[in-house]
Amino acid sequence: MIDLEFAINTLSLGSLYALLALGLVLVYGILKLVNFAYGEYIMVGGYAMYLSATTLGAPWYVTILLAVVAAVVTSYLTEMVAFRPVRTKSPAAMIITSFAVSIFLQNIVLVLVSSRARAVPLPSFFSRTVTFADATVPLRNLLVIGVTAVILVSLSLVMKKTVLGMAMRAAADKFTTTRLMGVPANLVISAAFIISGLLAGIASIFWVSRSASVDPLTGAAPLLIAFIAVVMGGMHSTTGAVVGGFVYGLIFNLLSILLPASMISYRDAFMFVIVVLFLLFRPAGIIKGGYTEERVG
Amino acid sequence: MSATNRFTGLALRHSTLPILIVPLIAAGILVSVFGSQLIQDIFTYFCVALMMVFSVQMFMGNSGILSWTHVGFVGIGAYTAGILSTAPMVKGMGVPNMYPFLVELQIPVLPAILAGGLIAAAVAAVIGYPLMRLSDFAGVITLFATLIVIHVVMTQWDNVTNGPRTFFGVPDWTTLTAALIGAVVVILLAYWFRESALGLRLRATRDDRYAAAAIGINMVFVRYLTFVLSAGVAGVAGGFWAHYITSFSPKAFYMAEMFMLLSMLVIGGAGSISGAFTGTVVVTLAREALRQIEANINNAHVLSFEVFGLTEIVMAILMVLVLIWRPGGIVGGQEIRWPGFGRKGKDAAAEAETLAA
Repeated sequence: MIDLEFAINTLSLGSLYALLALGLVLVYGILKLVNFAYGEYIMVGGYAMYLSATTLGAPWYVTILLAVVAAVVTSYLTEMVAFRPVRTKSPAAMIITSFAVSIFLQNIVLVLVSSRARAVPLPSFFSRTVTFADATVPLRNLLVIGVTAVILVSLSLVMKKTVLGMAMRAAADKFTTTRLMGVPANLVISAAFIISGLLAGIASIFWVSRSASVDPLTGAAPLLIAFIAVVMGGMHSTTGAVVGGFVYGLIFNLLSILLPASMISYRDAFMFVIVVLFLLFRPAGIIKGGYTEERVG
Repeated sequence: MSATNRFTGLALRHSTLPILIVPLIAAGILVSVFGSQLIQDIFTYFCVALMMVFSVQMFMGNSGILSWTHVGFVGIGAYTAGILSTAPMVKGMGVPNMYPFLVELQIPVLPAILAGGLIAAAVAAVIGYPLMRLSDFAGVITLFATLIVIHVVMTQWDNVTNGPRTFFGVPDWTTLTAALIGAVVVILLAYWFRESALGLRLRATRDDRYAAAAIGINMVFVRYLTFVLSAGVAGVAGGFWAHYITSFSPKAFYMAEMFMLLSMLVIGGAGSISGAFTGTVVVTLAREALRQIEANINNAHVLSFEVFGLTEIVMAILMVLVLIWRPGGIVGGQEIRWPGFGRKGKDAAAEAETLAA
C-alpha cells in the first residue's frame, strides 16, 4: 500500500497544497488578514482558462498564462479597491471585507457566465500517464512536483536576496518597525498580494486540471485546504505553510486509504477536527514563527 | 410612585425598546390587516430573520468575536424542531433511512422548537469552552471550521437529516403573529442581556481585555456563557424558520445564509440592539427590492441570460462601503434613545449634581 505510487501521489498532492497555503500565508503574515477571497483567485484563474480556450480558441500555453495573469490582477485589484481602505479599521472589518469580496466575485461569475460547471479544455499531455519502476502516475502529478520545487526555490531566493523580499520578511515580523525604517507599506502589501495571486494562479491550473471543470464555487475547497494546511504548519512562517501543505497531503491520502468506506464522506470533518485540535494544543503549528498568537485563558 | 408613573419611567429610561418594538408591532398589525399575501410572507420572514440576527448579535456584538458558527446552530435547531414535530408517516416516507425511534417521536410544535434551542445550546456547551480561549486568527478559523464540521455532519448523517436531500413535511406553524411574538421576545432578551451584568462584563472584555481581566472578569467563562445562550436563541430561531419554510436542506445553513446575517449586522452595526434592528430592516427591504428587479429583468427578456446573484453583489458592495465609511455600522455602537431621557442624559445630570456638591 505504501509504495512508490503512493509516495509520488502524496508528494504531488502535498506540493499543490503547499502552493495554496503559501499564497494565503504571505498575505496573512504582513496584514494579519485571513483572506477568504483567496479561493476566488483560483476560481477566476479557472474561468480565465475556460474563457480563453473556448471563446478565443487560444493554445494551451496562452490559456495557462492568462489564468495566472487573471489571478494576479484579481488579487491586486481586490487589495486596491477593498482591502486598502479598511486596512486601518479593526481586524474583524478586514475579515468581513474579504468574505464580502469572496461572495462578490462568486456572484459576478454567476451573473456573467453561469451557475453551471463549465468544462475546461486542457493540454492532452496533462492527463497522460507515465510508468516507471512499476508505478503508474499521471504526468500532471509529476509536473506539479517540479513546478512547486521551482517556485519554492525562486521564491525563497527572492525573499532572501532582494530588497523587496527582505522588506516583506521584515514587515511580516514587525510591520510598524519596518514602516519606521522607511519601507512604504503600500508597496510591501501590494507585493504580497501580487505574489499571493501568482501562486493562486499557478495552483489554479493544477487544481482545475483535476476535475477539468470550473464553477462559481470552485474556490471553496482550495481555500479550506489552505486554511487547514496553514493552521497545521504554522501561520507565522512561510516554511510552516509549505510543511503544513505536505503534511496535509499525507494525512489526506492516509485517511483516504485507512478510513472505512462508510466514513469516507466525513473526511473533511475529520480534517477540521484535526485543525481544532492543533489550535488547542499546538496553536503555533508545526513550525513556530517569531510572532505568537494572542490567547486568553 | 404610582404604577403608571413607574411604567413611563421605565419606558423612558429604556427608551430604545419602545422605539424599536412599538413600530414593529404597529407594522405587524398594519401588514396583517392590509397587506397582501406576499407582504405578509415578507414580514413573517423578516421577523424570523430578526430572531436569527439577534442571536448572532448577542454573541458577536457584545464579545467582538466574529462568529461563523451561529448559522450552524440555526440549522441544528431547525432540524431538531422539524424532526420532533413532523408526523411519523411523513417522516417515514420522506426520510427512508431515519432511525425508527426518531420516526415514532412526535411532540407539539412549541415544545419542539424549544427542544431545538436546548439541543443547539447543548452542542454549543460541549464544543464551546476550548473555542472561547482562542482569539484573533485562531478564533476566526476555528469557529469557521466548526461551521464546516456541522455542515458536513448535516449533509452526511442521512439517518437523521435525510442527508443533502430536502427534509420536507414540517407543519406550517409560524404565522405572522407567532413570528412577531418571537421577534419581540428575542429583542427583549437581547436588550436585557446587553444591559445585564453578564453582558456588561462581556462588553468590557471586548473593549479592553487586560483592563477587564484586571478587575476580575473571567473572560473565557463570560464568553462561554454567552456562546451557549446565544446558540440556544439561534436554535429557537431555527425552529421558527423551519416551521415557516416547511422544507429545507443543509445548504440553507451555510455560507450564503451566514453572509446575509453578517450583512445585516455589519450594515446596521453589530454593537447595539438598534444597529442590528436597523440592519435587518435595511437588508430585508433592499433584498426584496433587488429580487423584484431581478425578476423584472428576467421576465422582460431584455438580456440573453437569466440574472441571478444581483442581491449578493449589491450586499457585498454595500457591506464594504459601510466598513470603509462607517465601520461601526449605520447606527454604530450606541443605542437609539429618546432625546434627553437616555442613560446619557441621566448620567450627565448626576454628574452635574456631584460637581455642584
